[in-house]
Amino acid sequence: MTRISRLFERLRAEHRPALIAYITAGDPSPSATPEIVAALERGGADLIELGVPFSDPIADGPVIQRASDRALKAGTKLSTVLEIAGQIRKRSEIPLLLFTYLNPVLRYGLEPLARAAVTHGIDGCLLTDLSVEEAEPYIHAMREAGLDTVFLAAPTSSRRRLELVAKYSTGFVYLVSRTGVTGERANMSASIAPLVTEMRSVTKLPLAVGFGISTAEQVRSVGAIADGVVVGSAFERAIEENAASNKLSAKVEALAQELASGLLSKNK
Amino acid sequence: MAPLEQLEQAYLEARQDPAFQDELKDLLANYAGRPTPLYHAKRLSEMHGAKIYIKREDLLHTGAHKINNCLGQALLARRMGKKRIIAETGAGQHGVATATVCALFGLECIVYMGEEDMRRQRLNVFRMRLLGAKVVGVASGSRTLKDAISEAMRDWVTNVHSTHYLLGSALGAHPYPMMVRDFHSVIGEEARRQILEREKRLPDSIFACVGGGSNAIGMFHAFVGDQGVKLVGVEAGGTGAELGAHAARFSGGSPGVLHGAHSYLLQDADGQVALTHSISAGLDYALVGPEHAMLHDQKRAEYCSVTDQQALDAALALARTEGIIPALESAHAVAEALRRAPSAKGELFVINLSGRGDKDTDIYRENLKELDDPN
Repeated sequence: MTRISRLFERLRAEHRPALIAYITAGDPSPSATPEIVAALERGGADLIELGVPFSDPIADGPVIQRASDRALKAGTKLSTVLEIAGQIRKRSEIPLLLFTYLNPVLRYGLEPLARAAVTHGIDGCLLTDLSVEEAEPYIHAMREAGLDTVFLAAPTSSRRRLELVAKYSTGFVYLVSRTGVTGERANMSASIAPLVTEMRSVTKLPLAVGFGISTAEQVRSVGAIADGVVVGSAFERAIEENAASNKLSAKVEALAQELASGLLSKNK
Repeated sequence: MAPLEQLEQAYLEARQDPAFQDELKDLLANYAGRPTPLYHAKRLSEMHGAKIYIKREDLLHTGAHKINNCLGQALLARRMGKKRIIAETGAGQHGVATATVCALFGLECIVYMGEEDMRRQRLNVFRMRLLGAKVVGVASGSRTLKDAISEAMRDWVTNVHSTHYLLGSALGAHPYPMMVRDFHSVIGEEARRQILEREKRLPDSIFACVGGGSNAIGMFHAFVGDQGVKLVGVEAGGTGAELGAHAARFSGGSPGVLHGAHSYLLQDADGQVALTHSISAGLDYALVGPEHAMLHDQKRAEYCSVTDQQALDAALALARTEGIIPALESAHAVAEALRRAPSAKGELFVINLSGRGDKDTDIYRENLKELDDPN
């Protein structure tokens, strides 16, 4: 059992959903990321998605596109992200999910990546642009290494696709809150409740919801029906705005704290 | 993925529907101007050796082969009830063809174009606007075709219920490479029939430029089963062999995934997509269409590259011996044919001239300054 499964098991007993934080590793610099993760953890994040920057991030909105650009300019490679994970793991047991586009992974090699991920304390992977139909070799490599594989399901996904996502996912399933790319939105899509219900009918895995969640109020309302709430662009915006400031980690910690305040225990 | 599944299903149904095929055929004939001539370039042949025929896709409405695919996909969009069309464009030819069919069918049209390409192809930007399309500049990444595709894909996943993404090359995720090939396969079907009528035999070699590879795959498809016919795809050699100076994916790239397709990709050691360069915006893309990768790996087609300068020289040669000014993309195919022609006396060549050169007038002027001198 990975740290991811243990986390959701513990939170289930506590009747509380997880706050999942996405950040692009290497933004503003590879050396800054471990401290940003520590700040997120102090602020109340339960799981970290470490984004691997990519030259052509087609699933991302402007905020994470810019983060990706900055991280690449700072010299961040997939191997750098693995080293960053190793540094985080030295002093924290927070679950780490590698969040990446497919091409850097293919270039690195599936088996080499799976081995290196384990060595550096990573618990699982999510490949944004890998469809379940093409996933077999990847699933095999990750399973061999004991890593979780998280897949995305969207409001447009057919029943057949939801079943495949359930079949191939371990740790949790990532539900995309609406059609579109990453980025903050004022209103949460009404389509998320039906998707949560439908996904629950095909899997017992924990369900996390992401894309567009940026306020404590949204975290609270999504957390009321899901097992995890993912916030990405809001953190990246805070990193962008405070990149040059010595208050960077304090700002990130405060934002995590504010968002975590939305995660009230369901039985309270 | 769901929109791709719906698109595939709609396309497979339309392909079997005689009413759909009849309407497309009528539009291709009476609106776009098919069949295009297969022209025997006598002077060029005499000067260079091989007997050279030119498939005149440049004579089609809007000035390039792109209209074949646009008419097909616009009919499909209408059939699917999509009222909003988005497209990407590199050279602007696909953008103009998309704006044209949207005007024809009364559909809303948004074209994404890299800011660098907008600068290089100002005339086509204006043509799109003249046709009622909205041209959206893309400032991210390299500001060229790949960034325009990324932005169009972001729009599509956001507005998928109302919108059809009219992808302009044999790229992207299934069913696009298949569908775009099918809509262009009329090029090769006509050329095969025409050359058999004229020469009573099949050609020895066929040349086509390859960016994403839509005109080439449309031309090659009818000949794939004819083992004696050499299929030659010509990529952009740009200004040199180093990464970033060209778009020669077969010689300079390796297998990778971009925009939902697995093929030969120009990338760095870490799997980041490399920047590309070509004098022709339409060939300036880091990934080659996946069916070309298959033909390459099966050794059924061969791929080579031609530099910016060789393409310019070939364009000038064609203009001055045959009175045809080619698009810079198509000039790459001409260059390779002319390079091989002297050692191919008695052989029969067909060059797919995918587009005409009007859109490239500014680039020709920049590169042929001596002709621009008022004295």
